Amino acid sequence: MLFSLLAVIVLGGIAWLVAPNMPGFFGIILPYAAVLVFLAGFVWRIMNWAKSPVPFRIPTTGGQQRSLDFIKPARLDSPFTKAGTIGRMILEVLLFRSLFRNTKAELKDGPRMVYWSSKWLWIFALIFHYSFLIIFIRHFRLFLGVDVLPFCLEAIDKVDSMLQVGIPRFYMSDALILAGLLFLLCRRLFDYKIRYISLPGDYFPLFLLLGIAGSGVLMRYFMKGDIATVKTFIVNLVSFGPISASGLPPIFFLHLLFISTLLIYFPFSKLMHMGGVFLSPTRNLPNNSRAVHHENPWNPPKKFHTYAAYEDDFRDLMDEAGLPLEITPEEAAARAGAAKE
Amino acid sequence: MYNAKYIWPGIILFVVVFTSPFWMNMGLGKYERPAVALPLTEKYCVESREFMAAEHMQLLDYWRDVALREEKREYVATDGTSWTISLQNTCMSCHANKVEFCDKCHNANGVDPYCWDCHVEPRGNN
Ligand code: HEC
Ligand code: HEC
Ligand code: HEC
Ligand code: HEM
Repeated sequence: MLFSLLAVIVLGGIAWLVAPNMPGFFGIILPYAAVLVFLAGFVWRIMNWAKSPVPFRIPTTGGQQRSLDFIKPARLDSPFTKAGTIGRMILEVLLFRSLFRNTKAELKDGPRMVYWSSKWLWIFALIFHYSFLIIFIRHFRLFLGVDVLPFCLEAIDKVDSMLQVGIPRFYMSDALILAGLLFLLCRRLFDYKIRYISLPGDYFPLFLLLGIAGSGVLMRYFMKGDIATVKTFIVNLVSFGPISASGLPPIFFLHLLFISTLLIYFPFSKLMHMGGVFLSPTRNLPNNSRAVHHENPWNPPKKFHTYAAYEDDFRDLMDEAGLPLEITPEEAAARAGAAKE
Repeated sequence: MYNAKYIWPGIILFVVVFTSPFWMNMGLGKYERPAVALPLTEKYCVESREFMAAEHMQLLDYWRDVALREEKREYVATDGTSWTISLQNTCMSCHANKVEFCDKCHNANGVDPYCWDCHVEPRGNN
């Protein structure tokens, strides 16, 4: 935990103190490299998963699988058809259904074990991910060099800042993403069972994302930079005609270095669940292992020795021993003669 | 590779969406900071240009608060000049060309202040 926190603080220090003096590297080279690493790494990880055979259904389901007609199957939790499986994937990807089923074990009143359905992880995970998505979409106002933004971007902006608190208008998603991240962090810190199994790879992304969202919030509400100039830099960066980043506010370098770090770190971390969720065998395969024959693709080709071939090999000996034969030696000889002609 | 008919469209979709900031700007040429129409007769703003570019919205927020909550309608700038606190009568008397000043920069940056729902927009040009 401390290690991850320290790593993020050191990154922040570098961004604050060093980056504004090396704008070429931290402003241009590193972001481009980060995007390349992210794209290549992401595709590589997906390919790697796609190359792993999944010969069997893995029905870790939360429902009755399809059986006799009078037993009611759970069509979404234990899908039998393709449509049901697609439904389960949609629920999983958009609503995090498997987190919804999360249960928690706790010792209550002395040695009494209580299991209860805990929805907190689910609700805060949803809050965090959707705030992230909205912020990401809203950021396109900083990426696109057009005169008038497309209507949908403007509409999202308007709804997100609907409360019209303060100037610049306060975005609800900014508070929600921080709340979501803080909950996810506190969950690891204060639940001793989860703390026990948490590794630097769990804390680091949380601190990094807190750093990204925190620096963004600081930049918008508290340590204003000239956004028009920042945007000029960003747009030229994404149109492959980068201009010098010198003179941009340090807080922007902080934001940018954290994001570059995230992009580079992403393909090699648990954050790959973004692509991995689509390739989860326990989610994306119908539970039909009793109805459909699934062949293991890496089985070697089978060598069969049929009874007919066996009889061919030993016909005369079997005949001598008086064993019953399907084709007697005389019949076999007649057939061989016919084949010759 | 297994299930190539699902994997390839997925990967292509991912790459296309993720690189959208890069290709959506294609053909737009170099992006310049919007050239706004500055007042012709005046030389100085309320505060320095750097400060105004970065923090004019927060200055307005501050103005709004002190004017309406504390009934203080005078603002003394860092250089000692005293200004009457008013969006319409102070800011907009110099920046009368709102379309080519405030609006131009805001459109380019995708901001749309709602102030003009109530406050009157200046009509004249410089
Ligand atoms: C050089 C560009 C530029 C000019 C000129 C400019 N603004 Fe802005 N303004 C911005 C940017 C960029 C933002 C958004 C800041 C942010 O997102 O942090 C903004 C935000 C605002 C906001 C807050 C909007 C909100 O709802 O969050 C107000 C109010 C505002 N400007 C008023 C004005 C007025 C009035 C003028 C004209 C006198 C003006 N601005 C001229 C760039 C400009
Ligand atoms: C006395 C006339 C005057 C008043 C009043 C005035 N401005 Fe300005 N403003 C100017 C001038 C002149 C400049 C250009 C300054 C320069 O280039 O150094 C300027 C520059 C600006 C800029 C920066 C534009 C850029 O290109 O970065 C903004 C934003 C701005 N003013 C907003 C405001 C707001 C908001 C108010 C009201 C709080 C206001 N101004 C009041 C004259 C004025
Ligand atoms: C709901 C209508 C409404 C909206 C929207 C609105 N205002 Fe106002 N504003 C008022 C009223 C009413 C006053 C009081 C006028 C007075 O007492 O002089 C006022 C006063 C002010 C004042 C101080 C006095 C003056 O004459 O300017 C400032 C500064 C101001 N508003 C800024 C803003 C800014 C910036 C925005 C946009 C972010 C905004 N207002 C949006 C209604 C509104
Ligand atoms: C990992 C993805 C990112 C996250 C989670 C993120 C998060 C945030 C947040 C929470 C804010 C506060 C204001 C708002 O919500 O709009 C913000 C502002 C900002 N971000 Fe990001 N950001 C990301 C990527 C980027 C990228 C790639 C850039 C450009 C290179 C960027 C540039 C900015 C700028 C310039 C602001 C200030 C906007 C303003 O003041 O209105 N961000 N960011």
